[in-house]
Amino acid sequence: MPDEKADGLNLLQTMDYSVVQQCMHCGLCLPTCPTYVETGRERSSPRGRIALMRSVADGDLPLSRDFAEEMDYCVGCLACQTACPAGVEYASLLEMARASGEEAGLLDSPMRRIYRWLGLRLLMTRPWLLRLVARGVAIQQIPWVRKAMYRLGIMWLAPPTLRKLEPTAPPIDPPFSDARIAEVERPPADWWTGPPRARVAVLTGCVQDISFARVNRATVDVLLAAGCEVVTPRNQNCCGSLHAHNGDLEAARDMARRTLDLFDGAGFGGGSNLLASLDAVISNSGGCGSHLRHYANLLKDDPSYAERAHAWDEKVCDVQEFVASLVGNRPLAVGSNEAPMSRLEQVLASQSVSHANGKKPRVTYDASCHLCHGQKVVAQPVSLLKGLPDTEFVPLAESDWCCGAAGVYTITQPEQAGKLLARKMGNVRAAAPDVIATANPGCMHQLNMACQGDPELAHVRVAHPMELLAEACHSTS
Amino acid sequence: MLISSAEPTEERCRADAALIETLRGIAGGDNVLTAAIDIEPYAFDGTAAMKQRPGCVVLPREASQVGPIVKAVTTAGVPLVTRGSGTGLSGGSVPLDGCVVLGLNHLDRILGIDTANLTIRVEPGVITMRVDQDAAKHGLFYPPDPGSQKISTIGGNVAENSGGLRGLKYGVTRDYVMGLRVVLPSGEEVWLGNQCVKDVAGYSLKDLFVGSEGTLGVVTEVLLRLLPRPAARKTMVATFAQIESAAQAVSDIIARKIVPCTVEFLDQTTIECVEDFAHLGLPTDAAALLLLESDGHPAVVEEESEAMRQALVDNGATDVQTAQTEEEAEKLRTARRAAFSALARVSPTTILEDVTVPRSELAAMVKFCAECAERHGLRIGTFGHMGDGNLHPTFLTDERNEEEMRRVHKALEEIVTETLRRGGTITGEHGVGLAKKPFLRQQLGDASYELLRTVKRSLDPAGLLNPGKVFDS
Repeated sequence: MPDEKADGLNLLQTMDYSVVQQCMHCGLCLPTCPTYVETGRERSSPRGRIALMRSVADGDLPLSRDFAEEMDYCVGCLACQTACPAGVEYASLLEMARASGEEAGLLDSPMRRIYRWLGLRLLMTRPWLLRLVARGVAIQQIPWVRKAMYRLGIMWLAPPTLRKLEPTAPPIDPPFSDARIAEVERPPADWWTGPPRARVAVLTGCVQDISFARVNRATVDVLLAAGCEVVTPRNQNCCGSLHAHNGDLEAARDMARRTLDLFDGAGFGGGSNLLASLDAVISNSGGCGSHLRHYANLLKDDPSYAERAHAWDEKVCDVQEFVASLVGNRPLAVGSNEAPMSRLEQVLASQSVSHANGKKPRVTYDASCHLCHGQKVVAQPVSLLKGLPDTEFVPLAESDWCCGAAGVYTITQPEQAGKLLARKMGNVRAAAPDVIATANPGCMHQLNMACQGDPELAHVRVAHPMELLAEACHSTS
Repeated sequence: MLISSAEPTEERCRADAALIETLRGIAGGDNVLTAAIDIEPYAFDGTAAMKQRPGCVVLPREASQVGPIVKAVTTAGVPLVTRGSGTGLSGGSVPLDGCVVLGLNHLDRILGIDTANLTIRVEPGVITMRVDQDAAKHGLFYPPDPGSQKISTIGGNVAENSGGLRGLKYGVTRDYVMGLRVVLPSGEEVWLGNQCVKDVAGYSLKDLFVGSEGTLGVVTEVLLRLLPRPAARKTMVATFAQIESAAQAVSDIIARKIVPCTVEFLDQTTIECVEDFAHLGLPTDAAALLLLESDGHPAVVEEESEAMRQALVDNGATDVQTAQTEEEAEKLRTARRAAFSALARVSPTTILEDVTVPRSELAAMVKFCAECAERHGLRIGTFGHMGDGNLHPTFLTDERNEEEMRRVHKALEEIVTETLRRGGTITGEHGVGLAKKPFLRQQLGDASYELLRTVKRSLDPAGLLNPGKVFDS
């Protein structure tokens, strides 16, 4: 039975039809789709999902619970977008389809409503509350506290869903970014001489901030080592990707506006408009970065933000993309009149020193889906990692095949997420790395837990490429 | 404007609950789909503007289930439409209202490779590219490489007799089919052909089924011939200021008795679209681009490449470049394979044609297509396997614009007539399906056309296997 808005039309029926018409059924997306490879069912392929969306838009198919579930089953990895030669914007179609489902309340249940409200609307929209709750969780995660809570039966007071999720929660790692990073930082004298090469702002994120603030610190370090001045606005809010990917477009728009307002603030030392004074706004999270670069599409119907969103989209850049563009094009002429190299360039250039004895740690790279498919940043992380001194880069087979983390996919589709993780870990085992570098917090956490739980891989370190580069920059050798 | 497929007639029934129960008994409940949301995505194949929701979809997991399924469906008088990955370009696997779609994509095992006899046995749902990848592990080679090879299935290739970029030198799917296991409309299974290099026992029945577009039987196993893998390969790109020069250069290469592996052509519109997608640095101001490939023994490759380069330059090529690495070469090939889909970015509906002419007529034909499009005020991009005369004039239009669609059909008619006038064919590799059906009698002439029906009626008297495709029985 169709569930529709008051005026009788759902979101799929009111959206721009030419987007869904773009698909010409060539099928090149099918072999790249994890759910099609798993099921062999056309409806669980990108081409099939688009067909369903088109049928709903045409009125040939009702918006049903089954439809909403199928849209939920999609991993959202966007591998199909990379494969599609016809330029279908699957990401925005999926968002629209999920939002239609949410609007019609197709997957509704009281508990689900509560969790969505708690997560998307309460916690993620209030940075101060998120960090407060995080501090509480951090205490709960202290080993002796956790053990005591289980022994005393306190854990059984929590609802079953939370209890089930607790062991898989990412470890909170205070202090958070604002305590580790000053509002404005300039490179130390032995890392860069002369005026800064560029002025950038760093986005600290939400999960990244509470669980991986060290990655933000490392990101700032690498940017400093590349000769940049780094501005880090205080108390940043969630970018809204979580909301957009889960059908809450209204909240996503709100978060986008707030982010734009934060960067519009006066008195940051960059004149009246912070954004205009920056060369780039840096993201270090593959998933969020992908969403952050498409604010213009999200806010296209809002006249007071549409233009600012365009300007914003042009400045947002993934840290690896930005850093590679800074250091990649420099001619390494010896004895020239060029300014001396930045600390980062020195580190990357020192690769030429050979190490006769001792085994170099093996570093491999797992591509975050949204970084390679959503942002099209493919080669830069690899070339930066290959420049890491004292390491051996080993390729990872099927690096761009989703690891199963996929936002909250491990919570919404645990079985399929598990299958994807198993496939990924098979490839990891084959590569036999000592370090896995990956540039997205969800993936980092997923891979870390998987390695910890596997005796063969428990020694493997999972780190963000920025952490590895920052360590190399800080090292005195 | 959606072209609907053949209407059900009094002799043909719709799939009903009883049949569906029977099918569930054979294939397993989970493998028979009837809910609208499950079967809706099977309503189309790769052809533009064709859609028809089937009655139900059955996806067997064992090849042995196909015979009983076909028997159950034809006994019930219900039409059966077979499907691989549904990437065909002429409507061959577009369902009929109330029909049963038999999807073979789960039958995807490679059954064995015989390195002594250079053959490979596969189930029909094996992806085309996998066949070549498996062959490569043993130093062998499966040449037919349709543009959709990453997702098309061998069964589909056999049904359409698919070609590909290497068709010029290596031929098409038919040239590699040594044996077929076919389920006939009665449900009976026959094995046709064998591993012998030469065999003239009886009529060449397997050739009847190759290219029969699902109208004579359902293929459940294929025995394919393999070749030794060529030791060397060289890929070149040549730019031309005029399309006619490019076409002339190709004709000249053949006339000089050079038969390279591949000669592909892209016109300016196509180059722009492909460049937009692939960002290879293709010259978007060139009127025509040729992609040429030579493979074989290294010494032969060197000699052939040099001879081709000479022919290209003699015919006015403004630039000739050779790919330096395998990655570069693969990128160029991928770009050519994506030409059709890249063109599709330009407008909502893309109508692809498949006309083929003898090579001596190439230049004139290309010119005619461009003029025809201009006369009717239509946007067109032409690319194709110029080396074997197989062109793909592609109309960039919008199916919702009824007035323009009428002009498109008029232009298509003119192109078909001109093609036939020059001794060509309406379809080089995509098949007749639904898309070219109106023109088949025109090409074959009455007597040959009637012969088709005689064959069809004797094998499928009830006309239940993919009815309304290719021709009306």
